[in-house]
Amino acid sequence: MIDESLARLSDTFFTVAVVVYSLAMVAFCAELAFGRPARSRQLVGAGAPVEGASAAGEPARARRLGSVAMLLTGLGALAHAAVLVTRGMAAGRLPWGNMYEFSTVVVLVAVLAYLVLAVRAPELRHIGVFVLGPVVVSLALIRMVLYVEAGPLVAALRSWWLAVHVTTATLGFGIFFVSGIVSVLYLVRSRRDERAASGAVMAPSLLDRLPSAAVLDRTAHRTAVFGFPVWTFAVIAGAIWAESAWGRFWGWDPKETWAFIAWVVYAAYLHARTTSGWRGRPSAWINVVGLAVMVFNLLYVNFVSTGLHSYGGV
Amino acid sequence: MTTTAPPRPAAPATPPSPPSPGRRVLNRLLRWWRQLTAMRTALMLLFLLAVAAIPGSLLPQRSLSQTNVNRYFAENPTLARWLDRLFLFDVFSSPWFAAIYLLLFISLIGCVVPRAIEHGRTLFTPPPPAPRHLQRLPENAVLATPLAGPAALDVVEEELRVRRFRVVRRDGRNGPEVSGEKGYLRETGNVLFHLALLALLLGLGAGKMWGYEGSILVTEGQGFCNAAQQYDTYSAGPLVSGGDLTPLCVDLEDFEARYEENLTAASYTADISYDVDGGQPVATTIGVNDPLRTHGDRVYATGHGYTPQFSITLPDGTAFTDLSAPFLPSDQGTMLSQGVLKVPDLGAGSTEQLAIEGFFAPTGVLQAGLLTSVDPRPLDPQVGINVYTGYLGLDSGLPQSVYSLDQDLIDRGALTQVGRANLAVGESTTLPDGTVVTFSGFREFAAVQVSHDPGQVWVLGAAVAVLVGLLGMLLVRRERVFARVVPGPDGGGTVLSIGSLTRGSADTGPRFTALTDDVGAALATRAAQAPAAAPPLSEEAPPS
Repeated sequence: MIDESLARLSDTFFTVAVVVYSLAMVAFCAELAFGRPARSRQLVGAGAPVEGASAAGEPARARRLGSVAMLLTGLGALAHAAVLVTRGMAAGRLPWGNMYEFSTVVVLVAVLAYLVLAVRAPELRHIGVFVLGPVVVSLALIRMVLYVEAGPLVAALRSWWLAVHVTTATLGFGIFFVSGIVSVLYLVRSRRDERAASGAVMAPSLLDRLPSAAVLDRTAHRTAVFGFPVWTFAVIAGAIWAESAWGRFWGWDPKETWAFIAWVVYAAYLHARTTSGWRGRPSAWINVVGLAVMVFNLLYVNFVSTGLHSYGGV
Repeated sequence: MTTTAPPRPAAPATPPSPPSPGRRVLNRLLRWWRQLTAMRTALMLLFLLAVAAIPGSLLPQRSLSQTNVNRYFAENPTLARWLDRLFLFDVFSSPWFAAIYLLLFISLIGCVVPRAIEHGRTLFTPPPPAPRHLQRLPENAVLATPLAGPAALDVVEEELRVRRFRVVRRDGRNGPEVSGEKGYLRETGNVLFHLALLALLLGLGAGKMWGYEGSILVTEGQGFCNAAQQYDTYSAGPLVSGGDLTPLCVDLEDFEARYEENLTAASYTADISYDVDGGQPVATTIGVNDPLRTHGDRVYATGHGYTPQFSITLPDGTAFTDLSAPFLPSDQGTMLSQGVLKVPDLGAGSTEQLAIEGFFAPTGVLQAGLLTSVDPRPLDPQVGINVYTGYLGLDSGLPQSVYSLDQDLIDRGALTQVGRANLAVGESTTLPDGTVVTFSGFREFAAVQVSHDPGQVWVLGAAVAVLVGLLGMLLVRRERVFARVVPGPDGGGTVLSIGSLTRGSADTGPRFTALTDDVGAALATRAAQAPAAAPPLSEEAPPS
């Protein structure tokens, strides 16, 4: 049933993906380090003229490094996708039947969401290292803690709804993942801006290369706006599936409860952004809490509590 | 619960004389109502709702597992009593949880109903007049054209109509103008989303009121009817009376569990035959993800297990065959199961009662004298049993589990262990008094659940409406475009100002530029066709 050589190939791709992502992260770091605008260099008195500074104020070397980083991220995503394709072929089913596979898909969605953002708005490329860092750490943890051998699906998961519910759940999660990271960056950046505005003397930092606070805030909001209907759909699809699998469409099973909490938190985030007194940093915090709830839902519910969503070994 | 609070009229200046008490109360109520329906309150209630749901997942809940709640009570007696007083084992049916979501929904009604009315009115009124200073709008441009004013506005109107704007022309105080608006679906989606949430809550409530659910273990060859007293567990809404249950009877003909090579469960199927109201029995198969739906009821096979069968031959030759009781699986992986067969009546003249308690292993292996199972399939079924005689306490009036013996009875000596054996199918053990207990075989049982929820179709409809409303709200942008013409400064031609106001997207610049480019091109074409009497078109004059 299980094609062992394909399953091993899938594991190899996993390692390749982690290595390539790590290289991309290094390249992003280097881009930030070398790509400091000439102005800030003069501020610290480095004095040396920056070679080949482009019209956009971005040294050519940094731009080259950035392109290399983007290319590596794309290659990593290809290897990452290959992990899932080969595993699906090895087991002869959709490759999201257990927690290892589910989290791997979520991280892939996050990387793809970042790539889409970075291609559409090149200034967002600079958040790359802050996306790939968590991505590499997550993948390493997934490999160490959640790994299970490729195997067949348990009976309850053999349904057409697996494709609908789990796919949209991973999509929503991956999009919220990026949105949450961007909100964290917004919080960091806006705090720095505030301190700079209040006249504090700031050592130049890589953070200056982040997009402006307004851009970060808008990006976090727009990705969350995209993720919210996807997540709503995933919850509804889950309820429809639960009605035929478990005998009720909603039963406050721990996973359902936390999916509901996440939904409410993201609804609060979208409302808070248009409520006076909550715009800016407070609403960004809500988005970060939303991501924390999503991660908690993945880890706590599957490891600590026992619910109907405990499947496939872990 | 709305994305932007509508502007509230400023409070009227208080008259010098103190208001009457009635008016004071009214004002106070009005203020509370405004506070409740304010966005900030709704936001707080949303947070409260999220926080309130947390204990429902951290503490065991009665609605999910009474057993876990009992265990929690046994482990933390004092704490559990206090938690119970705060309804923390029934979070989702507790008064405080209900208070939060009801307040939230009242707040939502207070916010969305005025908006729905306002939106309904907007749908039937033309777009508003152009603001006085178009160049103060976020996007604006000024075009000069040799065309006359009305002709230039014709061009703008055509361009807007092609873009599916609703357009109105007015002769304003500052000159002839055009107002265009589109994207009404955005607000429609907003209203639909919030009203659908309300409908969803009502559907849920209806399901709780008129729904019921019963579950029962049925061994192959047995059946049950849809009546409250037949079920092992049964719960129903307050508006359900016994006579409301669908007259449905179900017999379990055959149950089959299939496994993959690595013993992952591949499928469970139960062949059943059912009849409604004593009609012709219908044969069908139900299984995982595949319930029977009939007459508004759903019949599920939610689990399975084994029912060992025993026969008992008394010393006087009286034989009891086919005595059986379902044993509950204690390990889903190997289906090692545990249970008890209680035999309260061993025939005339006998006051002794008998119980066979122990384990059933579908593929049994003895490890240090203890029976365990290595495979969920019945490849080598064995039982490891303790036999007790004495008093079972079934008539004591105290409730007791049908799946275990009351340890109290054993401790008090009411029940005495008289035998112990590990048996394969067909093997028997002889008790000291000469009674022979034989493990005669086994059957499979299915855990069958019958559910009735008249609200769930409404909930589904409402959920779809929630999603549709959400998509409309988040994807459609509401755009207003205004244009006005004034005669050119040197008396020839016309100066056309266009401004736009968009809600729902940050990338409005390119769209507005596209619009003004098209208008400019159309103006140029139109001017070329018209008799050239005016100075040449200057593409884009700087904003005045």
